[in-house]
Amino acid sequence: MQHLKTAKALALASACAAALWTGAAVADPDLTAELVIDGELHLVTRAPSDDVVTPNLPERYSGWLFRTADTRALQMDDFANPAMLAVEQGADLWSTADGTAGQSCQDCHGDAEESMAGVRAHMPHVNANGVLWSMEDYVNNCRTERMGAEAWRWSGEQMVAMTSYIAMQSRGMPVDVQIDGAAAPYWEQGREMYYTRYGELELSCANCHEESYGRMIRADHLSQGQINGFPTYRLKNAGMVSIHNRFRGCIRDTRAETFAEGSDEFRALELYVASRGNGLSVEGVTVRP
Amino acid sequence: MLTRRDTLAIGLGASAVAMLPMAALADAVEDAVAAYTGGAAMEDGGVTITAPEIAENGNTVPISIEAAGATEIVLIATGNPTPNVGRFTFGPGSGAPMIATRIRLGRTQDVMAIAKMADGTFKTTRVEVKVTIGGCGG
Amino acid sequence: MTDVRPRIRLPRNAAAGDSITVKTLINHDMESGQRRNSAGETIPRQIINRFTCEFNGAMVIDAALEPAISANPYMEFEALVPASGEFVFTWYDDNGEVYTATEAFEVS
Repeated sequence: MQHLKTAKALALASACAAALWTGAAVADPDLTAELVIDGELHLVTRAPSDDVVTPNLPERYSGWLFRTADTRALQMDDFANPAMLAVEQGADLWSTADGTAGQSCQDCHGDAEESMAGVRAHMPHVNANGVLWSMEDYVNNCRTERMGAEAWRWSGEQMVAMTSYIAMQSRGMPVDVQIDGAAAPYWEQGREMYYTRYGELELSCANCHEESYGRMIRADHLSQGQINGFPTYRLKNAGMVSIHNRFRGCIRDTRAETFAEGSDEFRALELYVASRGNGLSVEGVTVRP
Repeated sequence: MLTRRDTLAIGLGASAVAMLPMAALADAVEDAVAAYTGGAAMEDGGVTITAPEIAENGNTVPISIEAAGATEIVLIATGNPTPNVGRFTFGPGSGAPMIATRIRLGRTQDVMAIAKMADGTFKTTRVEVKVTIGGCGG
Repeated sequence: MTDVRPRIRLPRNAAAGDSITVKTLINHDMESGQRRNSAGETIPRQIINRFTCEFNGAMVIDAALEPAISANPYMEFEALVPASGEFVFTWYDDNGEVYTATEAFEVS
């Protein structure tokens, strides 16, 4: 609890500082912008905060709100959205047999639109053996244990295409990850990491994404660091980026020895960060700078 | 691995770097323009470029150009290592002399469009697009 | 290079003689030839250097592309549809490969 109190005090202090600091350094999210896909599907980009997970946030905001109008527009057209290329590839992989069992995902799971609906909204999720797994773990477990196929690299092209395709099946559903029961110890671990300062720059996730969202860090407009929009097409990479890949990059930017993709630490962090977005819509695949 | 000194140098030197190859760049742009127009005069205006004032990332900048009466449009990024971006020729099946695409801009610069008219004359316009060099983009 | 998959978007309907908006997207790294790998060697250029669109044999647009075109090139342009017919889209890769897509279009 001490942790949170300190964080609250810091947040208050920096909020005051931010209020006094006028000028180009402050760039708020456009809270009036509406995320509507193809003029039809409305996605929730603002969700109420709570006292348990995000007591220091007045409201939960999707990263989409922090982007320029051009970047936001790229995500609102399913055709023009470059991330959809990965979704298509994922759809292909879904129905392609792979491994010694000669089966495709489709052979067991049928139509992804039905079988995978809601999956992304609850990830990461404690498995039947009480171990926290990310979506990538479930996919690879199927591949190695049931399909007789090789595991995919965590952020390799195929895995990202598959997680993109599966994420799309939950698009529009509210993020709703479990943080109690068997998930509790992982969630606590993730929360601890979120407020730990890493690296030479001694920055914690909270320093930027809880205390400073809406402000500019050099030329980047800081968001709340939500992951409801992952996997995302990053304009910088002109390619898809997974959650753990992004975590790695963030921690590396604090000049720290970063954790590995698929590490226990990142799974725990993923659970905690996902819970900070509970209530926001799963955005499927998104476009971010 | 960037040291703090490197980072500072890059930060301070960005403007210095921006100034250094300007002469060479200007030549490259002049050459590109001359190669296309053959040195003919270009009329200012009659071409519309729609691009963001500030590109969120220089790797993918949405842009569209239209020029009423044009048979062809050439796009030039005056600050890129090689200025030519594309040449878009409109044929008999074209519905309008316009093109929208996404381009890479290496730094803040003017993007220039040259439109060739049916009578062989040229029109041109340019807009500045600010390109930010990240912050903590991972 | 992975499977290259072109995507085409045409409007649902149009009247004969209309001008319609055509959107195309294709996955391609558009390797500029400016980047270096971790060993410091320049990664060779490989881009789609030309894109064409025809409708019923009439050329709609012929685009010569340079490395400054972003990865996964997106093209949006206008095409005349005097009658029902077929669009043919062609992308030319530096490596000699040619990717094509066709799409029928009916006018009302």
